Amino acid sequence: MKVLVAVKRVVDYNVKVRVAADNSGVDLTNVKMAMNPFCEIAVEEAVRLKEKGVATEIIAVAVGPKEAQEQIRTALALGADRGILVEAADVQPLGVAKLLKAIVDEEKPELVILGKQAIDGDNNQTGQMLAALAGLGQGTFASEVNVADGSVKVTREIDGGLQTVDLKLPAVVTTDLRLNEPRYASLPNIMKAKKKPLDVKTPGDFGVDVTPLVKTVKVEPPAERQAGIKVADVAELVDKLKNEAKVI
Amino acid sequence: MSVLVYAEHDNASLKGVTLNTVAAAQAIGGDVTVLVAGAGCAAVAEEASKIAGVAKVLLADDAAYEHQLAENVADLVAEVGKEYSHILAPATTVGKNFLPRVAALLDVQMISEISAVVNATTFQRPIYAGNAIATVESSQATNVLTVRGTSFDPVAADGGSAAVEALSVSKDAGVSSFVGEELAKSDRPELTAAKIVISGGRGMQNGDNFEMLYKVADKLGAAVGASRAAVDAGFVPNDMQVGQTGKIVAPQLYVAVGISGAIQHLAGMKDSKVIVAINKDEEAPIFQVADYGLVADLFEAVPELEKLV
Repeated sequence: MKVLVAVKRVVDYNVKVRVAADNSGVDLTNVKMAMNPFCEIAVEEAVRLKEKGVATEIIAVAVGPKEAQEQIRTALALGADRGILVEAADVQPLGVAKLLKAIVDEEKPELVILGKQAIDGDNNQTGQMLAALAGLGQGTFASEVNVADGSVKVTREIDGGLQTVDLKLPAVVTTDLRLNEPRYASLPNIMKAKKKPLDVKTPGDFGVDVTPLVKTVKVEPPAERQAGIKVADVAELVDKLKNEAKVI
Repeated sequence: MSVLVYAEHDNASLKGVTLNTVAAAQAIGGDVTVLVAGAGCAAVAEEASKIAGVAKVLLADDAAYEHQLAENVADLVAEVGKEYSHILAPATTVGKNFLPRVAALLDVQMISEISAVVNATTFQRPIYAGNAIATVESSQATNVLTVRGTSFDPVAADGGSAAVEALSVSKDAGVSSFVGEELAKSDRPELTAAKIVISGGRGMQNGDNFEMLYKVADKLGAAVGASRAAVDAGFVPNDMQVGQTGKIVAPQLYVAVGISGAIQHLAGMKDSKVIVAINKDEEAPIFQVADYGLVADLFEAVPELEKLV
């Protein structure tokens, strides 16, 4: 079974981003970039499926600037077999989903695994959009994935607890935090990954128009909270909450 | 302008977040229609018809929608929704699951988790875990939006008298089926709706120690949450997680116990009215957003708190 995994290049999750002085976005100069953490979980799940003998080939796909090759190489070092980069900047989720749909049509994977959201735009859309465009079932926010007999059972983290759905293959899965703990790439595997095939394409190769449909007017920092006071003990805390804040 | 609001419910009663979503719809303007899709959910439609300011309620009562399977619900909403200028759903795990499918089917770019309506085509939304607020504008034929409930004050649950219209649209995509669910049962208020939330973090050390928080919560009528660290460590289940990828809460009072305050956690609670932090590490970042900070061992402070409230 072929598995397609999508990976996104984003600002490293440890970086506290700053809004650019002209309010056009966030300042990305000299900021550390990395694979989106939810995509790392997606790659790990695909690799585990291959280790179990369920997956036979893993294709890592990224839509992004040419530097996103680094994130594809990371996926290859973790165990993906080959990579496809669709080189394009600032593509919105619908555009990414259309590109992935075109790749799904060509590659015909049985399972597509994506992160549930990227930590830059926090959109949480691409996997669901891809599933809709391809007419596939979806298991979003997955905490457990079991492939058997032409279907996949996905346990999903929902607001009230957990829900399990059964999807016909091919299907789309998006990962939540507790699906697995991603491994680190070993040095020999990083070296080997450099020799694995990586195709570079453009949206035009797939006939997909990725013109943004939603315009960002401005980006501002959020209202800052001021640090308050330190209280000496629990009695003072309770007194403040009762008589000053009046919230209990 | 005409706005379609997707109702969140459990087939028996309407979830409160629907009222916040209707508030966002009213800020956009135009007639507000509420769509109730489920199975055996006529009572929910009845409840929705009483919401203040709702012009019409559509009821799609069919086995295919019983468990809110995204594939089936999205086909329904895309068909019903194309007549509207805006389609809104709460940014819950239900809305986040099916609404992007609707947008893709209508060939529009969705706007996720709006926190403010500037005008009918301009919205604000948090990005980068709430470290930046983007103002975005869309000139698409249909605006498809999820709504962050805590950013909008709910409209009144009664006072309206909308007509309920039954739809006979059965959409079963046939690619997914419901297997089962494990829902947390609790007598405490729901996290996202509670006036007071007490959350525990890694500092709680284990799940049994959360009992201390439950005792305080029960005295205050509070909900109990957790940081990602506490959930990952297996202390408590996932539905208690507050943060960027968990639940977003904005209660009158948020008490963070043994939580260091990673930005991903702050993203889920920093709009709370009053924040209290109890942590033995006085350098913990949580103190930078806390109105009242108590540097103390939580195992002494929490039982004392229980006695004093």
